[in-house]
Amino acid sequence: MSAAGGVPRYDCIVIGAGHNGLACAALLARAGRGVLVLEAAERIGGAAATREFFPGYRVSAGAHLLHSLSADLRRDLRLDSHGLAAAATHMPTTSLLQGLAPLRIDAQGAGAEAGAYADYEARMRRFAGALAPALERTPPRLGAGRLSDRIELLRLGLRLRRLGRRDLRELLRIGGMNAFDWLNENFGSEPLKGALAFDAVLGTNFGPRSPGTVLTLLYRLAGQRIAGDAGLWQPVGGMGAVCAALAGAASAAGAVVRTATPVERVWIEGDRAVGVVLADGARIGAGTVISSADPKTTLLRLVGARHLDTDFVRRTTHFRARGLAAKLHLALDGVPRFAGLDADGLGGRLLIAPSMRYIEHAYDHAKYGEFSREPVLEITVPSVNDGTLAPPGKHVLSAILQYAPYAAGGGWDLQRPRLLKSAIDSMARFAPGLESQIVAAELLTPPDLERELRITGGHWHHGDLAFDQFFFVRPVPGATQYRSPVAGLFLCGAGSHPGGGVMGIAGRNAAREVLQGRG
Amino acid sequence: MDDSVSAPHFLKPLLRTPFHRRARPLCQVEEFIAWAGYSTVDVFTTMEQEYFAIRNAATLYDLTPMVKYRIAGPDALDYLNRLITRDVTKLKVGRVAYCIWCDDAGLLIDDGTLFRLSEREFRLCTAMRQIDWLAAAAIGFDVVVEEVTEQVAALALQGPTSASVLRAAGLDAAMRLKPFEIGHFEAGAAPVMISRTGYTGDLGYELWMNPADAEAVWDLLMTAGRTWGLRPIGSRALNVARLEAGFLSPNVDFLSALHTIRVGTGRNPFELGLDWLLDFGKGHFNGRRALEQVRRAGPSVRLVGLDIDGNKPAHDALIYAGASARRRLGAVTSAVWSPTCKRNIALAIVDASHAALGSTVWVEIYLNRELVWERRMARARVVDRVFFAPERRRATPPADF
Repeated sequence: MSAAGGVPRYDCIVIGAGHNGLACAALLARAGRGVLVLEAAERIGGAAATREFFPGYRVSAGAHLLHSLSADLRRDLRLDSHGLAAAATHMPTTSLLQGLAPLRIDAQGAGAEAGAYADYEARMRRFAGALAPALERTPPRLGAGRLSDRIELLRLGLRLRRLGRRDLRELLRIGGMNAFDWLNENFGSEPLKGALAFDAVLGTNFGPRSPGTVLTLLYRLAGQRIAGDAGLWQPVGGMGAVCAALAGAASAAGAVVRTATPVERVWIEGDRAVGVVLADGARIGAGTVISSADPKTTLLRLVGARHLDTDFVRRTTHFRARGLAAKLHLALDGVPRFAGLDADGLGGRLLIAPSMRYIEHAYDHAKYGEFSREPVLEITVPSVNDGTLAPPGKHVLSAILQYAPYAAGGGWDLQRPRLLKSAIDSMARFAPGLESQIVAAELLTPPDLERELRITGGHWHHGDLAFDQFFFVRPVPGATQYRSPVAGLFLCGAGSHPGGGVMGIAGRNAAREVLQGRG
Repeated sequence: MDDSVSAPHFLKPLLRTPFHRRARPLCQVEEFIAWAGYSTVDVFTTMEQEYFAIRNAATLYDLTPMVKYRIAGPDALDYLNRLITRDVTKLKVGRVAYCIWCDDAGLLIDDGTLFRLSEREFRLCTAMRQIDWLAAAAIGFDVVVEEVTEQVAALALQGPTSASVLRAAGLDAAMRLKPFEIGHFEAGAAPVMISRTGYTGDLGYELWMNPADAEAVWDLLMTAGRTWGLRPIGSRALNVARLEAGFLSPNVDFLSALHTIRVGTGRNPFELGLDWLLDFGKGHFNGRRALEQVRRAGPSVRLVGLDIDGNKPAHDALIYAGASARRRLGAVTSAVWSPTCKRNIALAIVDASHAALGSTVWVEIYLNRELVWERRMARARVVDRVFFAPERRRATPPADF
């Protein structure tokens, strides 16, 4: 840091101390840049944080499982030496079924259709393997005429070509399909299809029948590839441990992290970002500003329309970023008794997604601002694997409730208790006596997540993953390749390629672009 | 007015202006055209008679179909400064500015006149409707943008005796108006806003009024103008005058970037010779980043004035480097025989290599002589596109005629 004319100055200011912001900051600091990270909240972490929601009970407040945290990033920043450790890896997925034994899906197979599942798995792994490297790289920009972009495009083409004629033809055929049709081609078992379709729609604004849900499924599988195929895993201390380790790496490299310091706007002079203005009016100068906030927050609020062009603002305004998932936290005074589950299963991921029809039905409600009495749920009981999260003998339950509309009819104050009851009733059907075990409950709707995480729309991917908001064009044309129209201002959040999920890749790619210096 | 709203709209797709009942009986040759959704007169008597009135007497032209937007609110100035390429902070209350605006790629959307009515209220007059663009540009600004075309009737009073007509109509106070200045007056009992603006390149005014007062103001001016040679004119005569003045006509000399489909048919201000309207020092404006690049690279084509040999107007002519017509340089966008300049003039888009003043190019003119087509190659010189600019257009107070 230096100070000229009373204004402190850093080489780089990173806005937001979520995992992408911290990953970006750590890499910039390690490259010798003077880095300041500014976080609006009292604590770091963003959507990857651990929070005490009831005295003695802690839970991953946003994302609650890891499946695509970049293995390279983890090794590169030596996150394990900064305290990142696994409480459980290769966690199994179990689909809870009314009147039937639960269906367990893991590396060993998936119930009755073991043969078909093995074929499906192998093919999807090949597709995901071909696409995965593209997640870790800056997407090429079309039409800009730069050699590096052409080489990048060629690289992607060659990788796909290497799939061979049959696989490539199949990938092109299914790439734009919906998960419903694709899974029906592969399987007969409704419970299996329901469980697999769940991963295609988790965190999206889609139902299994929506076009583009094979893409979201492949995206998730490709993410697992870059995570080194550790499967689903849970860090000791909850998701906050990821950001704590990233912050540790950043601090060790010399970066300064300040919390409770909201940025009011990006300081722009002569069409260049030259720092930030804080909420209290103080200014901090910087050669480069990198924002991990969502694109609408960064571009429309921190930069502002008057520094941007009209069509670009219109595109940014139309960036689809309304969350459709709620988060449920329960403090329990004992271990929940899910019928038919062994200890290993309870320590894994539980789904209430018994069929694709069930999921689509729940989605239909959400389209019209309602929610289904039979919600789709992804349930974890993280305290089974990690005793640090709850008092001895007590437990916490963390669930993602898919299809909670951003704008609920009648307002969320009216609807929140109803949705909570539906969720608890649904779970209690499989875990008798669950209601009586509840010490405290918290339900965070998309507007709650928007407020708490400061993400416009409360979308945990910062914006839908769909063909028109993906890869080359994410978040919107004019703000791709981690750049913004304002020189010196970069984007490094989940709104940029490759998108959401706790990967850390957007942060890492943005750091690389900053260091390459084409501003 | 009444019959314009009585029928179902699809039976009468064109609106009538508040002056229609006055203009209709004076139109002797039944030459009407559709203009921005209104039916207006193209020719009242003959084009030549009307043209010479513009240059030698005074003319009245129904300007109502000109699209008008009211832009008001706390952020109106900031909004316009981002929309428009000029520095709007320099536009004082009571003044008018000619201005242009561009899309994100720096291609021209439209040109128009911006009236600053008060600190926070402006009127933007444009050739075409574009509320979608103006509304999109309003995202992030505390501003109201609304079309007021139907709420404001407008007349252009143009020609060397136009000031005398105003005085004869009891509007002598308007004589003090400098070019691009606005004043508020009483025409008889009707309040009118008068701006010293126009599309003829001559001395002239534009009068803005409540549609209910339209006929009274028309009558007042026509009566007062009787001894000053005042006559109503249509669009055809005006087009000759605007071309002599070197003014661009949208959809003729350039196509709005909102309407082009093919790549390369949009035009940036450097190509159209409108770069004097760009203010790179004022802060961000729409298209600025793209235009910075054009500024560095330079335009590849330019809009120029042409002085063409002979007296045959070079309508739609292709332009070549030599009489052999081998290397194409561009095409004529507007052409006319200028009766006042006694020159065969045109506006044209040509390759930048031949855009310097004094360059020689060749124009391919097709002539229809009693249904027999002939092709004629005519030599042309690149000249300043303002072909006619009499001193009287600027003199304040205007000279007596």
